[in-house]
Amino acid sequence: MSKPKVAFYWCASCGGCEEAVVDLAEDILKVVEAVEFVFWPVAMDFKVKDVEALRDGDIAVSFINGAIRTGEQEHMAKLLRKKSGLVVAFGACAHLGGTPGLANFIDRKTIFDWVYLNAPSVSNPDGILPQQKTMVEEGELTLPEFYDTVCTLDQAIDVDYYLPGCAPPPDLIMKAVEAILSGNLPEKGTVLAPDRALCDSCKRRDTKPEKAVIKEIKRVHEVLLDPVKCFLDQGVICLGPATRDGCGERCINANMPCRGCFGPTSRVVDQGAKFLSGLASIIDANDEQGIKKVIDSIADPAGIFYYYALPASMLRRKR
Amino acid sequence: MSKRITIDPITRLEGHGKIEIFLDDDGNVSKTYFQIPELRGFEAFCVGRPAEEMPRITPKICGVCPTTHHICSTKALDDLFKVEPTPAAKKIRELMYSAFMLEDHTLHFFFLGGPDFVVGPSAVPAERNILGVIAKVGIDNAKRVIKLRKECRDVITHIGGRVIHPVCGLPGGVSKPLTEDDRLWIAEVAKNGVEFARFALKLFNDVVLDNRDYLDLIAGDVYKHHTYYMGLVDKNNKVNFYDGDVRVVTPEGREFVKFKPKEYLNHIEERVEPWSYMKFTYLKEVGWKGFIDGPDSGIYRVAPLARLNVSDGMATPLAQAEYERMFATLGGKPLHNTLAFHWARLIEALYAAERMQELAMDKEITDPNIRNIPTATPEEGIGVVEAPRGTLIHHYKSDKNGILTEVNLIVATVNNAAAIGMSIDKAAKKLIKNGEVSDGVLNMVEMAFRAYDPCFACATHLIADKNFFTVNVCNEKGDIIKTLDGE
Amino acid sequence: MGFLCNWCSYGGADAAGSQRKNYAPNVRVVRVMCTGRVEPEFVLKAFQSGADGVLILGCHPGDCHYKEGNYKALRRYYLLKKVLSQFGIEEERLRLDWVSATEADKFVDTINDMVATIKALGPLALSNPALAKGVSADFQEDTLV
Repeated sequence: MSKPKVAFYWCASCGGCEEAVVDLAEDILKVVEAVEFVFWPVAMDFKVKDVEALRDGDIAVSFINGAIRTGEQEHMAKLLRKKSGLVVAFGACAHLGGTPGLANFIDRKTIFDWVYLNAPSVSNPDGILPQQKTMVEEGELTLPEFYDTVCTLDQAIDVDYYLPGCAPPPDLIMKAVEAILSGNLPEKGTVLAPDRALCDSCKRRDTKPEKAVIKEIKRVHEVLLDPVKCFLDQGVICLGPATRDGCGERCINANMPCRGCFGPTSRVVDQGAKFLSGLASIIDANDEQGIKKVIDSIADPAGIFYYYALPASMLRRKR
Repeated sequence: MSKRITIDPITRLEGHGKIEIFLDDDGNVSKTYFQIPELRGFEAFCVGRPAEEMPRITPKICGVCPTTHHICSTKALDDLFKVEPTPAAKKIRELMYSAFMLEDHTLHFFFLGGPDFVVGPSAVPAERNILGVIAKVGIDNAKRVIKLRKECRDVITHIGGRVIHPVCGLPGGVSKPLTEDDRLWIAEVAKNGVEFARFALKLFNDVVLDNRDYLDLIAGDVYKHHTYYMGLVDKNNKVNFYDGDVRVVTPEGREFVKFKPKEYLNHIEERVEPWSYMKFTYLKEVGWKGFIDGPDSGIYRVAPLARLNVSDGMATPLAQAEYERMFATLGGKPLHNTLAFHWARLIEALYAAERMQELAMDKEITDPNIRNIPTATPEEGIGVVEAPRGTLIHHYKSDKNGILTEVNLIVATVNNAAAIGMSIDKAAKKLIKNGEVSDGVLNMVEMAFRAYDPCFACATHLIADKNFFTVNVCNEKGDIIKTLDGE
Repeated sequence: MGFLCNWCSYGGADAAGSQRKNYAPNVRVVRVMCTGRVEPEFVLKAFQSGADGVLILGCHPGDCHYKEGNYKALRRYYLLKKVLSQFGIEEERLRLDWVSATEADKFVDTINDMVATIKALGPLALSNPALAKGVSADFQEDTLV
């Protein structure tokens, strides 16, 4: 019996999700024995044409990481969807838009103007910008279209499962792969991580504030960070309450607050809005002036609340 | 009838890249173009973000070298907030950084660039990966590689919280201290690291240098450019990854300029081409003269061979001995042979391991005082480190509340962008003649960029049943006139 | 879109109705038990679904039927306005005010004032980002539960 075919592709990605797979270390040998890779540009020489030559549904599962930012990425996502039985959105960028999603506060022109015209190290007197088609002496060169808006994978194609995290931890990856190979999968659309908030398993939960206690918001560089107390109790913004569990509190263990890379639990639609609500509830001020003072001390609330999830949010991008 | 070969995507490196090779009527290469079809716009969307979040946002530029962005960003914040890190914090940062350089460099050799040598550049594609390497060096040695990588990454995880996108950097310090137990464990890892790096160099010697054909390939003309070189050096002009001044030498090896990172805009300029999303840097004072090398062209190179070229030596003894050996073997400084990047990379790995050991043996590193809280009003900050792939610069401007107003990044590989294009072009021109194209030849063209280790060190941890590709040779109208299937 | 709390502001709206007062017809009212029930997601959903403005009316501070609810609403409101401005949505499009059950006139004035403000600002016109900004038209629309 032939092994199931697997593809691994990256869109607007940093490569960290590929590294996460390699971090399976010796476990990856088990995976490799059980599957046949048919497409993995970083590792293997298969071309797009080879994927196109497959029959629809030939690929048992495609793991796609990275957000959708260019025409090429949209095209590849659709191609792999067509050829695959299952598609797994791998990592925070495919799941929520990820850090590149912060570009939804600006647009293509803003990016191009800075990167190619106005950055202090750029010397570009003719105002050259990258073009989708360029004629050179020898022929035509092409580049994919760069979109204004970053999209999550499921805004481009139908996604079966999500592996959250930036990057997903090795143990979650292994569990997901084992579930897929054994056919023991939950309902379609499930995020393959525990469905409860980070605070549930965080070592600092005993000091998590239940009532309004925050008199002042502190930014991480402004204070010494207590390694034991809940960050919110210290007045430091931590997105734990609005974030799904499963990462092992990696950042908390390094004495830094959570920034929400796993996205919300299944009961939350908009992670940033949910966190906003929770944070406002524990601010200790009831008069307009007092409230404004605390709110004004929050630096870049939209960026912090939507650190990873802007494209997946309700508004998706700045107007 | 002119022809065109497209290699899309290129393999065993990072991200999305393609090479367009144009042939003239005789089937010889008239020109190649190396295109990067990807951009995410970090410099633009980081505007409006709080400065202290940058060490957590910028690593997402690259999941293979996140530690470099993390540390560089942290140093830029030190400058932005005008705060000195405590001595212990500085050492912890450099320790984490050394562990990373060791892990990343050796990984590239064994999984990405190395297979071309260990297995052979024209070997069957199915063998030109880690499996072929394992078959050549044995499963025990391969397991040593996996083990070393894991140990180093465990060290980074312990210090930084996570190894993919660490979080511990803060202006004026790091987020948590090291205990004595930590230090002893890390010292042990470092000791293993030194032994491993020596083993890697011995392997390189046995498999590559003792092989006449490979030595000729390294020393020969196909992969060679006479460019300027750039890298960080300490006050003794020795290679340093974490800190120092930027030194540039001419193709003849004379010091051209040495500048403080803050002055980078006086020396580095970027050029835009309409056919790539990636820019090309060059030396401002020399100017852009096109994709050519030589002392009149502002094109310079960075990363391992460049760093060794610009320095007066390595700061640790074992690495220094290897440094001397390499230059003696290949004919003196500066070396222009692109494939020598692989050798230089392993020498740097040894230095990283020795440096890691030095820092882990330093008892001051367990001092609990790891934060200086900034008090100055932030305005502008510049940080620089040597990433595995070259000089990395983070430049931030903020308002008085520390919200970023401007961000400029010169990201390691971009310094080599022009050189990579030139290396590919030269290799293609020298290797493809009369329209003769084979898998082995095309792989040798790809070897021209792999030497630079452009940004993605690691994914080939894989054993493939089949490894194949198709090359379509097309005429102007796009009709396929010849197809090659490699297996 | 108007979110009115059951105890005070909805009573105020009833009072305005029973006194046959005229006011602008542009507000769709949703009754909630307390302004503290209004989640930021409701406001975002309203904007995303086509509302040009959102009005939240509750009990005066100190009068909340559930004691604390309107204080929570007040805090959320200020934070949400700041976030909305980062999304390019003018702060005036979201408004929180206090209307007691007897303040029929205040209710009328608040409604009229809000409608006038929104008219001056013009339609919010949040375009579907997928279609408007260059992503191909057959992207799946993100549907809300």
